[in-house]
Amino acid sequence: MTAAVPEPKANMGQSVPRYDAVVKVTGRATYASDMPLADPAYAFLVTSAIAKGRVDRFDLDDARGVRGVIDIVTHENAPKLKESKLFSNGGYAGTTIEPLKSADIAHDGQIIAVVIAETYESAREAANRVKISYTATAPSATFDSPGTTTAAAKGQNAQFKEDPKVGDFAKAFDEAEVKLTASYDTPTQHHNPMELFSTSCAWMGDNLVIYEPSQYVYGLKNGVAEQLGIDADKVRVVNPYVGGGFGSRGSMTPRTAIIAGIAKRLNRPVKLVPTRDQGFTITTHRAETRHEIKLGARRDGKLIALRHEGAEVSSRPDAYCVGGTKTTTRLYACPNVDSLVSIVRADRNTPGFMRSPPEVPYLFALESALDELAVKLNMDPVELRRINDTTVEPIGGKPYTSRSLMACFDEAAKAFGWAQRSPAPKSMSDGDWLIGHGCAATCYPTQMGPSAARVRLQRDGRTRVEIAGHEIGTGAYTVIAQTAAERLGVPLEKVAVFIGDSDLPPAPVAGGSNSTASTCSAVMMVCDQIRQRLFKAAMPGDSLTDKAKETVGISPAPSTQAAKSGRPPDLDKAFDALGVSIVEEYGEWKPEGAPPDSFRAMHNGQVRLVGGHTMKDQIAYAFGAEFVEVRVNRFTHEIRCPRLVGAFSAGRIMNPRTARSQLMGGLIWGMSSALLEATEIDERTARYVNDNFADYLVPVNADVPGVEVILLSEQDDHINPAGVKGLGELANVGTNAAICNAIYHATGKRIRKLPVRLENIEV
Amino acid sequence: MRPFLYQKATDPGMAVQALGAAGNNPLTRATAQPLAGGTTLIDLMKLDVMRPAAIVDINPLAQGWSAIEPRDDSLRLGALAKMSDVAAHDGIQRNYPVIANSLKLAASAQLRNMATLGGNVMQRTRCSYFRDVSYENCNKRNPGSGCAAMDGVNRMHAVLGTSDHCIATYPGDFAQALIALDAMLEITGASGTRNMPFAELHKAPGNTPDIETTLRPGELISAFVIRGRWPRSVYLKARDRQSYEFALSSAAIALDVQDGTIRDARIALGGVATVPWRAREAEALLKGQKFDDGLAQRVADAAFAEARGRRHNGFKIALGRRVVARALQQAVTMEI
Ligand SMILES: Cc1cc2nc3c(=O)[nH]c(=O)nc-3n(C[C@H](O)[C@H](O)[C@H](O)COP(=O)(O)OP(=O)(O)OC[C@H]3O[C@@H](n4cnc5c(N)ncnc54)[C@H](O)[C@@H]3O)c2cc1C
Ligand code: SF4
Repeated sequence: MTAAVPEPKANMGQSVPRYDAVVKVTGRATYASDMPLADPAYAFLVTSAIAKGRVDRFDLDDARGVRGVIDIVTHENAPKLKESKLFSNGGYAGTTIEPLKSADIAHDGQIIAVVIAETYESAREAANRVKISYTATAPSATFDSPGTTTAAAKGQNAQFKEDPKVGDFAKAFDEAEVKLTASYDTPTQHHNPMELFSTSCAWMGDNLVIYEPSQYVYGLKNGVAEQLGIDADKVRVVNPYVGGGFGSRGSMTPRTAIIAGIAKRLNRPVKLVPTRDQGFTITTHRAETRHEIKLGARRDGKLIALRHEGAEVSSRPDAYCVGGTKTTTRLYACPNVDSLVSIVRADRNTPGFMRSPPEVPYLFALESALDELAVKLNMDPVELRRINDTTVEPIGGKPYTSRSLMACFDEAAKAFGWAQRSPAPKSMSDGDWLIGHGCAATCYPTQMGPSAARVRLQRDGRTRVEIAGHEIGTGAYTVIAQTAAERLGVPLEKVAVFIGDSDLPPAPVAGGSNSTASTCSAVMMVCDQIRQRLFKAAMPGDSLTDKAKETVGISPAPSTQAAKSGRPPDLDKAFDALGVSIVEEYGEWKPEGAPPDSFRAMHNGQVRLVGGHTMKDQIAYAFGAEFVEVRVNRFTHEIRCPRLVGAFSAGRIMNPRTARSQLMGGLIWGMSSALLEATEIDERTARYVNDNFADYLVPVNADVPGVEVILLSEQDDHINPAGVKGLGELANVGTNAAICNAIYHATGKRIRKLPVRLENIEV
Repeated sequence: MRPFLYQKATDPGMAVQALGAAGNNPLTRATAQPLAGGTTLIDLMKLDVMRPAAIVDINPLAQGWSAIEPRDDSLRLGALAKMSDVAAHDGIQRNYPVIANSLKLAASAQLRNMATLGGNVMQRTRCSYFRDVSYENCNKRNPGSGCAAMDGVNRMHAVLGTSDHCIATYPGDFAQALIALDAMLEITGASGTRNMPFAELHKAPGNTPDIETTLRPGELISAFVIRGRWPRSVYLKARDRQSYEFALSSAAIALDVQDGTIRDARIALGGVATVPWRAREAEALLKGQKFDDGLAQRVADAAFAEARGRRHNGFKIALGRRVVARALQQAVTMEI
């Protein structure tokens, strides 16, 4: 075992290598734009150079003259598409701004034309030659820009139901012995998954196949069908591998139906590979946010008052918000809580989910504020969290299904060497570098959604699992294969997994870190159906209880009760008795508390996640604690982060190796969200300026020399059959606060605005 | 990107002829462009910023033009030498650390393996408005159209050598080492070879930010020559991430110190100026002096005396001063 291949602890699966490791490292994994198409035409997008106004005129002569150009599609001749509704209003789309429907422009980089040509190169050249006259209107870019409007999220966003409150905040704050009021800002960010936002569409008669990296193949299939006005069963979305998603591929973007419509009209497959910078404006982003936190505490550190006010920028037509107060008002014991989330409308594209959408910005504020409070109280920030730790969330009084927050703090503190730090700011240094240590909590709601699966077992043990899950780099193939192997007692090598195809049984969106919990619970259930059938055939005399968990094993694998008790019916006997050589089962699983329309919604590509604070009598979260070392150069003020240490607890860990990889990537992302990542907006034009990979910085290897992930054992029997809490979005939360807390420790100056750049440092 | 004619140079004469045939535009808009590593040129062509009708691939000239030749009292570097090879060269690390480090701290390993010294000094600004043709106002790309950066997002922009027409930063690192060491250029053109001080290569933007160098279409840099050895030299670079990022501020320093007295001093500034920037007045304060921190401070102040910040880049003035002062301390105390 090595750091990359952690030894499993109690309630952890094996650290087996990734199912798709070899195809990935050898470049044989086929991503959407690798899919072979018969005689495709190539599409290249033309996007708007203004954020608000209209196209007056296209001059296409020059572009049409480029050899190989087939057509140029603008609002004047675009395929007619039906309206697409926002996912939060019962639709599928991430934005209701629908390009090519009129001459209007509602945000920077909106699609205004699509050039179709025989080659990618001619399409691109022709796109460069398209000339456009606009009438531009002065746009509102962001917070504080003239012309924005602000209103409470409640009442305009269907998914934001309540501003959590309890007790009497105003009175308690007034009376508090120690008070803190502080404001925090987070910037616009973009997901920038490695795989570009490509889309290929091929019609076969009335049937459409779409190759597109998607985090929700059922959502995309249904959404595109709705826009095209055809039966959803005629649409198939295929993407066996997705080169990262981070939320950017969770909801439908306008491009897909446009390309599908063009392919239909041309009667020819069409392939679109947008550029990196187009990816900044034709999909969603993490909106910039602002926060004001008020904390009131007793001198012993006990919180008695907490208020979190957040504001988020959205587009003109869509009231998108992440509303992280649902988490920050429930994280610590506090009897008097108040909160408010507002949405500021500007001339921007509609924002969307980005890895831990609510938690990244909202916990930045809360976890920074707690550190500030610890300073005021002259208390160790870990102890402040311990004093306010709770097993019951304060808003609804519901118990956490399990909560290992302080165990995480203790483990991570030990590994980090927290006890050795000298607490006074500016008291540690090494040559040119001031050293700072900081920490913060992380948490992420445990969510699951209805999921189906089909499993086929052959006499020789070969197993095939089919489920329309998504391999976005997280390890979905691997944990699904492990689940089936364990449950059926067959060797892992005999399990074949098919995912990323909307012709397979539906699974939820790969978002909200629900995938492992949902898909593995469904696969477990269906494997148990197979075992039931085999058992009944092999041992008709024995009465098998209905308890799936107790059913017998079908091979001598030690994974089941019956196998251990020494009466494994062998596969041959069972198959002989059944008189077939293949057993196949299909099943649909839904979590406890799922709404009544769950299964119908599942087939219709609509998300029905339950979990987090929305569970009936309980609240379920995964937790972690993160410690960071920053170094600030006395002369250049450069900020580096040589060490990131995180300890995490998330119920059953299906595979410590893939879990560690997720969490390590999360820590790095979290650091990046504090120090590097920000999409710069030109306020005059409401346009992105650094919308490319040279200017939008993400960490390189040299930025992350030391990342340590500690996995804690935790068992939670109240969440889902797999016992899994999602962890894909756990580790990138709180890191931003830990970094700023460490910068305070290094320099004595508090920074409340991200990203922190060297010009923000004072030493 | 637009279609272009691709030609492979067979010899220097053919290359300059093919390039010279392109007409009289300023070099930045010449219809024929030389291709070395391609790490700037191909990028800009894909972005539709540069639209040459013809490309002359000069890599076949590498045999004659990529030598690294340290001599007793000089150094000659072929224009087609790779950044990585020069940075890794023992003799250069020993006798010209400022050159080795300016190259080693630039770009990424992959880019350094591709990129050549000649291409490196000719690389163009990273101004985001320049590199995105959907922005109309860029005097450098589109003369007379205005400057979007002036009152736009200008954190990366220059504080020295700016004009009312352009504030774009010269982005490279190596050029600071060259200008500090009074390097000479060997230029090959239709009428043979001429020599020119490297300091005369780049032109401040003034009224014509589109004209960036004094090189004429049909001329190629064939080599760099540096006289003397500069073992007491450093390159200090401050940037947003630990690797693979342009300088926010950098300083190339070379000193000749004898018995505690500074006999000669060279200071060049990167990341803060529109062209490779020599801080001659600041250097003058050092000559004949004994070093102390107060002197370092005065020198650093002098180096930025003329600097003018705008909305987002004002911090570069204070940063640049600290970088100069620290680099001087490093150069004085380095073991040679
Ligand atoms: C993401 C990124 C980060 C980077 N970071 C840094 C950095 O931190 N520091 C840094 O210094 N650089 C950096 N660079 C720039 C890189 O160093 C240059 O792109 C490279 O040095 C150019 O060399 P090349 O041989 O590839 O030039 P090319 O792209 O081939 O040519 C560049 C230009 O010079 C002309 N040219 C080439 N050779 C000659 C010659 N012999 N005579 C006359 N003209 C010639 C070409 O026509 C072209 O206009 C970075 C580049 C990228 C893409
Ligand atoms: S700074 Fe120079 S390059 Fe940048 S937009 Fe202005 S004129 Fe163009």
